[in-house]
Amino acid sequence: MNLSKILKNSFLILVASLVLTACATQKKSTGQLQGDVYTGTDSVEYLASGVPDRVFFATNETVLTTASRETLRKQATWLRKNSDINIVLEGHADERGTREYNLALGERRANSAKDYLMTYGISSNRISVLSYGKERPVDSGSNPLAWSKNRRSVSVKAN
Amino acid sequence: MLFRYLFILLIIFPIKVFALIEVDITRGNLSPLPVAVSPLSIDDSSKENFKKILKKENLGSEISTIVENNLKQSGLFNPLNKNAFLQEPNIANLKPRFEDWNLIKAQALITGKVTFVDEKLRVEFRLWDVLAGKEMMALAFTTVPSNWRRVGHIITDKVYERLTGEKGYFDTRIIYVSEKGPKTNRVKKLAIMDQDGFNNKFLTLGNELVLTPRFSPRNQMVTYLSYFRNLPRVYLLDIETGMQEVVGDFPGMTFAPRFSPDGKKIIMSFAQDGNSDIYTMDLENRIVERVTNHPSIDTSPSYSPDGKYITFNSDRSGYQQIYVMNSDGKKVKRISFGNGLYGTPVWSPRGDLIAFTKLHKGKFYIGVMRTDGTGERLLTENFYQEAPSWSPNGRVLIFYRETKTNSKGEGFSAKLWSIDLTGYNEKMVETETDASDPSWSSLLSN
Repeated sequence: MNLSKILKNSFLILVASLVLTACATQKKSTGQLQGDVYTGTDSVEYLASGVPDRVFFATNETVLTTASRETLRKQATWLRKNSDINIVLEGHADERGTREYNLALGERRANSAKDYLMTYGISSNRISVLSYGKERPVDSGSNPLAWSKNRRSVSVKAN
Repeated sequence: MLFRYLFILLIIFPIKVFALIEVDITRGNLSPLPVAVSPLSIDDSSKENFKKILKKENLGSEISTIVENNLKQSGLFNPLNKNAFLQEPNIANLKPRFEDWNLIKAQALITGKVTFVDEKLRVEFRLWDVLAGKEMMALAFTTVPSNWRRVGHIITDKVYERLTGEKGYFDTRIIYVSEKGPKTNRVKKLAIMDQDGFNNKFLTLGNELVLTPRFSPRNQMVTYLSYFRNLPRVYLLDIETGMQEVVGDFPGMTFAPRFSPDGKKIIMSFAQDGNSDIYTMDLENRIVERVTNHPSIDTSPSYSPDGKYITFNSDRSGYQQIYVMNSDGKKVKRISFGNGLYGTPVWSPRGDLIAFTKLHKGKFYIGVMRTDGTGERLLTENFYQEAPSWSPNGRVLIFYRETKTNSKGEGFSAKLWSIDLTGYNEKMVETETDASDPSWSSLLSN
């Protein structure tokens, strides 16, 4: 086999794999997942009309997505209007991690949400944080969609 | 009364011979040693007395069954069927007819005698080398009758030690988390049982979430995480008295606790403002010390048996990996470099290995590596399993495994499993309920 043939073959493989990846990504974003972040509304509850109570995370991630930031801005607006209400941010992880690391991860996720709320003027003494790690999944499934719903930070009224 | 230390007097008879049979436990044992456990002989009046006190028809057979079962579970021994035994237990204990035992292919023979003396249980037993026709060991114990199961475990430990050259792990307990209810709202209680699953007891009621109990390597203290009043904190529990207390006064979640090898300190993670670092608290003077100070997650700390080093889990490289540092937090060194994520490092009581959980390509592994990270060996692969805990002799690992649910989210279970360091003898450990987070005690008697 000469060099040009090898190159040609690998080019074909490259093209083929690009097509495959494209399909895969497309498939993912058309469902309730973007990447592996949950974008559906299945488990979502509302603190008030139009104010979702939770944000979702990618696997092993604690950064807020654009959608999460939007949700948290709505929560911040609502919290400013209801200054007598305090909240607990409950951070969760999916079941695909070790228990202790997941406790830390849940705490970090809840704090990501807390930090963002604080930048929108919510005082830290109105927000407490509680990590459940992987102890309280909302979806008992053992599949990527279920796991995506479980990787979350939920704002719960404390009073 | 939970557990009282009960006196077990050891009277050692003279031993004349050196070992001829030996069991090699350093590699997978594919041909377990054939051993005959003759029922311990018992005279009629002792039998009646024990029947009254313990409601056991024949305490001699009951104790030998414990020994037999322990030996079988170790995977190193093959206890032979009692129906094939030709010699009566009382005569065998005086002088075995080695030809008879040889005939059924027994290489080792255990005989013994149970008597009721001064309201106490007296047990003597002998270990015989059948091929050499010699006595290898003879011991006697005296204890309160209610301790009869422990006597069976102690006999097993002595036999195991004599034949393998290493301490046993049978007179031990396992503390674990008992689980019930739907996956989305599990009720968890602390529970404790003998190593063979008997004498199960619940230590909490299930009103609050409890996780990760760990035995002190020195005594009957346990440290664990409780969500009492929705404040996840590390607690200390004395399982003899039932007394418990919060460890330290931290303004946030403390978790992932373990004892130092001398039992005097607790090492754990403290999470604040999205960052988890490792701290210790001295149980005598209550002094808290910070061991790591890094913006990444640092958790799952475990001391080396000499107390000089700590292995822990950190994502400072971007992902969960295993690190080793000096016990003062200096000289942090990453030791896991294989493909995948690594968690739950736990130092072997022998000091030479670190057991861990590994996640790679959607599968979970329990494995071991040397303390510098070389020689990684994966022992078992599954959909989900984690949190290995060492037997006190460092030969067996116990961990938990969770099942995959079906498309409706049903069929979830969590069970304890154990596996030899060799990778052989993998088996489920029976528990009354679903179970997770096992921790093995040290030997109760020594």
